[in-house]
Amino acid sequence: MNETLIYTIAILVGLGLVSAVVLYFVAQKFKVYEDPRIDETEGMLPGANCGGCGFPGCRGMAEALVKNDDISSLYCPVGGAATMSAVAQYLGKAVAEKEPTVAVVRCGGTFCNRARTNTFDGARSCAVEASLYGGETGCTFGCLGNGDCTRVCNFDAIHMNPETGLPEVDEEKCTACGACVKACPKSIIELRKKGPKGRRVYVNCVNKDKGAITRKACSVGCIGCGKCVKTCPFEAITLENNLAYIDPAKCRLCRKCVAVCPTGAIVEVGFPARKPETETPEQPAVKPVAAEAAPVQETIIVAEGGEQNA
Amino acid sequence: MLKTFRLGGVHPHDYKLSKDAAIRVFDVPQTVVIPLGQHIGAPATAAVKKGDKVLVGDVIGTATGFVSANIHSSVSGTVTAVDLAPDGGNLRKPAVTIAVEGDEWNPAIDRTDTLIKECSLEPKEIIAKIAAAGVVGLGGATFPTQVKLSVPPGKTAEMLIINGVECEPYLTADYRLMLERGEELLVGCVILMRALGVGKCYIGIENNKPQAISNLKSLIVANGYEGIEVVPLKMQYPQGGEKQLIAAITKREVPSGALPIDVGAVVQNVGTTYAVYQAVQKNRPIVDRIVTVTGKLLSTPSNLLVRIGTPINTLIEACGGMPADTGKVINGGPMMGRAMANIEAPVTKGTSGVLLMDEKSSVRGGEMACISCAKCVDVCPMGLEPYLISKLSKLGLYERLEGERTADCIECGCCSFTCPSNLPLLDYIRLGKAETMKLIRARQAK
Repeated sequence: MNETLIYTIAILVGLGLVSAVVLYFVAQKFKVYEDPRIDETEGMLPGANCGGCGFPGCRGMAEALVKNDDISSLYCPVGGAATMSAVAQYLGKAVAEKEPTVAVVRCGGTFCNRARTNTFDGARSCAVEASLYGGETGCTFGCLGNGDCTRVCNFDAIHMNPETGLPEVDEEKCTACGACVKACPKSIIELRKKGPKGRRVYVNCVNKDKGAITRKACSVGCIGCGKCVKTCPFEAITLENNLAYIDPAKCRLCRKCVAVCPTGAIVEVGFPARKPETETPEQPAVKPVAAEAAPVQETIIVAEGGEQNA
Repeated sequence: MLKTFRLGGVHPHDYKLSKDAAIRVFDVPQTVVIPLGQHIGAPATAAVKKGDKVLVGDVIGTATGFVSANIHSSVSGTVTAVDLAPDGGNLRKPAVTIAVEGDEWNPAIDRTDTLIKECSLEPKEIIAKIAAAGVVGLGGATFPTQVKLSVPPGKTAEMLIINGVECEPYLTADYRLMLERGEELLVGCVILMRALGVGKCYIGIENNKPQAISNLKSLIVANGYEGIEVVPLKMQYPQGGEKQLIAAITKREVPSGALPIDVGAVVQNVGTTYAVYQAVQKNRPIVDRIVTVTGKLLSTPSNLLVRIGTPINTLIEACGGMPADTGKVINGGPMMGRAMANIEAPVTKGTSGVLLMDEKSSVRGGEMACISCAKCVDVCPMGLEPYLISKLSKLGLYERLEGERTADCIECGCCSFTCPSNLPLLDYIRLGKAETMKLIRARQAK
């Protein structure tokens, strides 16, 4: 009885020792050296694994940051400049300064601005709807409203507004990872410079149809009239395929284009409300525009009030 | 026992409401909008400009590349625009708009009704004539016919299969053609056999069209055509699919990713065969086609011979007007057709029918959860797993779709038709198929 126990223990201990020795040498032989800085760098990254940097996850980004000598082209949109500079400091490399960006939905085709002409009863997916036809409204470029962008967001930063039928971006939460940009089959969403104090001016439309067609389909579409191009003192606006585009790099946020846009397709975000009286010399120039725009604004307010009452 | 294909399939009610309506020639409209992309492949390049005068049958768009087709003017008049025009889905596509003046035809076209049986052209000449006439698959797929007839080196055609199945419910355009233009159709078969160098031709017709079967059978006997055989088939959707028809008639299965020519068969629709007759014997390009305008509420379901480019709403007007509670207008049949967002869209080479559905039957049932009943797997004629492909595609896992043979899907809609939970299976499968094709093409380009 005792003997059996002793033999068993001895054999197991012996086996264990032999295996330990073998495993030790094998481990030495096949050792893969991994830079410990990769683990450190990964720890500094946000760990969202969103793919916004272009790598499969934060680990991939960390490897690239450590291995590449020049990391100026790499950027973590989630961590932003703070994370990148911390990583750069740790690795002793130079990092490019990038201005923070945010996802911008460039469509103003709300239910009241854009009449529905038909009903889509297929799968509730923008990708499916876009592959089948032009959409439920006369505008074949605008938002389809099925929320593909909201489903891909890892940060709960984009939501459909049931009142307008358009997605809205929560700027606090948006990390500009670009997932929604890729998911949108109509390429409506763009990553734009956040701007000083969150101020931005952009064309809130991607419709490339001729003006008359756009106007029929939507009351706030860009009709390609070119007034903004002529007005812009900084040559920041280009007109291509009946559609104006404001280059965020050149735009100085003077908002002159917003005032001249006849359909209200150019919008300003983050500015304090305009004062009713501006500088005296500008007043006559601004006033007629305001007078022209007044009836339109009035109708919109009426419609909104009606909805709220109901 | 009658022949049919082995795998899957469904049995929708056939509702051939317009089967006794003889083909009626529809008036030439005042303006036509002729899209330059009416076929699978590259759209044609416009060959006319604003202000040009054209005759019926003049080329207004020339084929761009191998898989493409010529586009001809269907009317005589003045070109008023070469621009984008909305199609049935409201998407703006390049098109030629012509204001009609009179009805003058290109003098090269033989417009008489005399039957010309003899054809002594070489295969190459026949194919060239077909290509020049812009003939495409008129069953609805609109694949350029000359491409199908150009057998790639190393492969041989053994037989020609003519598709007179018309398995889509409601549609009767092919049926009326087989009854009223049987003689021309058979000459078309002979020409196609000559072009392919084959001695055997099967005409597949489902047994819900006994008159078409007996008519063609008696014409074959009366004219003494050798090698042409009418094959009655058991009714089963989607028998009109190329691969299903080959399986039904020859018991040969086209392997995954292969083409019908790999099993020695070339399939052409009866409408296409008739167009081939007109192109080769009469120099007549595709300027019109037979369109079934039908629906349970429509007062006079009809088969109309319509010029390409005619607005679809005028056809509905001519058949009794739009019924009050129309819920959907479908371009094509109920199984594979597409609901139209713009009914002023023009008739194209692929418009086999215009179907009006009432409000009640046009609304899809509410989506419920998949209960794993596998009915979709049972009915898939390609032996795929629709629930899985649909799910993968919904989740965006496109890399996995290729392994599930998604590219084989023929988009027949049997899965969505049979699903007890009303899941939009085909919607997602179509999306996944498009993404898979993109992946395959990207890899081939490397």
